[in-house]
Amino acid sequence: MVTDMVALPNPGDVLDGFRIEERLYVGGMAVIYRVSSPTSESPLVMKIPRLGFGEPGTSVIGYETEEMVLRSVSGPHVPRLIARGDIERSPYLVMEYISGRRLSDWLDHGPVAAEEVARLGVALASAVHALHRQDVIHLDLTPGNVLFRPTGEAVLVDFGLARHGHYPDLMAEEFARPAGTAAYISPEQLFGVRCDPRSDVFAIGVILYELATGQLPYGSPRGAKALRRRLYRDPTPPRAIVSTIPEWLQEIILRCLEVDARARYSSAAQVAFDLSHPDQVNIGERGRRLRRDGSWKVFRRWWRAAGYEPAPCPEVSSQLSSAPIVLVAVAVEYTDELLAQAMRDAVRRTFASERDSRVVLATVISPVSIGRERTEEDSPANRRIRGRVQLRHWAQPLRLPPDRVFCHVLESSNPADALLEYARLNHVDQIIIGASYPGLPLFGAPGATADRVVSAAPCSVLVVRPMEKR
Amino acid sequence: MKLALFADIHSNLEALQACLVHARTQGAERFAFLGDLVGYGPDPVAVLELIQSYAAEGAVVVLGNHDAAALGNSTETINHHARAAIEWTRAQLSDRHVAFLSGLPLIVHEENMTFVHASAAAPDKWIYVSDPLRAAYSLEATPASYLLSGHVHEQMLYYTGAGGRPMSFVPTPGVAIPVARHRRWLVIAGSAGQPRDGNPAACYAMLDNAHATLTYHRVPYPHVVTADKIRAAGLPERLALRLEHGD
Repeated sequence: MVTDMVALPNPGDVLDGFRIEERLYVGGMAVIYRVSSPTSESPLVMKIPRLGFGEPGTSVIGYETEEMVLRSVSGPHVPRLIARGDIERSPYLVMEYISGRRLSDWLDHGPVAAEEVARLGVALASAVHALHRQDVIHLDLTPGNVLFRPTGEAVLVDFGLARHGHYPDLMAEEFARPAGTAAYISPEQLFGVRCDPRSDVFAIGVILYELATGQLPYGSPRGAKALRRRLYRDPTPPRAIVSTIPEWLQEIILRCLEVDARARYSSAAQVAFDLSHPDQVNIGERGRRLRRDGSWKVFRRWWRAAGYEPAPCPEVSSQLSSAPIVLVAVAVEYTDELLAQAMRDAVRRTFASERDSRVVLATVISPVSIGRERTEEDSPANRRIRGRVQLRHWAQPLRLPPDRVFCHVLESSNPADALLEYARLNHVDQIIIGASYPGLPLFGAPGATADRVVSAAPCSVLVVRPMEKR
Repeated sequence: MKLALFADIHSNLEALQACLVHARTQGAERFAFLGDLVGYGPDPVAVLELIQSYAAEGAVVVLGNHDAAALGNSTETINHHARAAIEWTRAQLSDRHVAFLSGLPLIVHEENMTFVHASAAAPDKWIYVSDPLRAAYSLEATPASYLLSGHVHEQMLYYTGAGGRPMSFVPTPGVAIPVARHRRWLVIAGSAGQPRDGNPAACYAMLDNAHATLTYHRVPYPHVVTADKIRAAGLPERLALRLEHGD
């Protein structure tokens, strides 16, 4: 059984070989110390749950949840778990110390410039996506729970409310009531839903809003009734607060904040994608609006909110696989019509089977024109435009919805490496690329690219070739 | 110590062998057979002899309702196909097999584990632990951290949080679930010999007591061979189809 009263250690004490240095943080659920160990050169922290008389009964569950999650995840976007104490004797978690800044540090000086918001948002959304890919939903993202490594990667901390898609949810019975931080909690979490990765997308939206405007979209409400206002009262459009916020950023933020999870981005990777490519964001009314909805519209939503039903929960990883980012590598200079048709068929099949997929058409152009006169029509800008036009033309027979197709012209003298880097940075789930085949004009050129992409890709690669004519 | 848990084997030799091979490659060092060793399937003798050999080396074996029925005890809890199979089974068994079945306990307590075919609340009543309330009754009957059982053919994990009210969890095969010893867990291993969730692959579970993890597994086996044996033995066609469709 868990000890009734756990005496918290003091600086100078040694616990299981860890020397307690200073106390860094005292919270409602846990106390955090800086600790050192003779076996570790890098700085460490120890998190001890507050248990016993007068301590919240949920903290033991939160501690166990955090331990389960940290044991199961890895990568640069979570703190490395070094050691853990026996829960029946002395529960603690020792983790690496993250020395960089905390996202909340940016909130100290008022609104943050749009480019900086986008940069921070890409780091945050990439970290959240990395977590979702490991079947974990954070469910308590706040600016205080996002740290940065000196190398720039975001690190998510505090997994006490998190949910692992393949483990029993210890929190579930504790929280028929909503659990989370009032300002950042999603509408479905208010109803006890703890299985939708898009709840984290909502929290990303609140954080982006806060960074861009210096204000919280829904304030910090207390009480169930005040919390429920976010079901029907839309937040003030960010551009009405800070007029310099571009429409694309408002579009992204407000899409994250949609009440119905299905109307939000399907994955954090898509948020990162849009924040990295502002020129590709489809700006609609959401991005342009300058005032909140009128009282009649709000009243109607209030009325409907009485019957609000959270969207059904997807499995964490299956939700991601149904919202893939598919990169189609089009060699506009080499492609012949047979190969183009075969590739379009492949895109069509992928698109038909995946509900929320995004298709990114990319082509690689050389940064310098070799052996040619530098003319105005051959300037880099014009060649980029031409590449984009060719990509649109290539995709035209597919008749894909415009909000799900993106075109990118990459500049590099090494097409394979350019495609691989793009795939890595944009969390691409699948690459579709043409193979070389006998009879292809300039046989070999795209094929060599495909071979290199296949051998080094961070994801699946579909290599397409037309059926042999017999 | 990794402990492999097999329930509801139902005279399915091919499924049991496939599960045993799988468990050994996964590092199983101990074995438990959670009742319903016979019934439905075509190989009661071979299955019993295999399990007897494991029992001789220290495996835990408990009695199930089909085993009790094969001994001539009440058959009221089983349907008419099952009853036909039980009568056929009874005719296959020698005195030695009957003696082995007769000697099986209904429930076994060992360290922090309890082994039982159905509900620990009334092991001889063959109650289906198919919801959190029945799981609660079964858990109340033992102080063990791990209550290991079968009877219900679908894999399931019931667990208790701080509030003490059991909740159900459908496990994902192959995922090692942390199952802390200070909590209570009711493990339904799933049927090795007659899966009913639409997937014909055999079910079993593996408890790693040292690391406090539990992994549910699904193991494919040549179920068509077993189904053909059922037909050849003249057992009801429905029992053969069940293995082919996993329903």
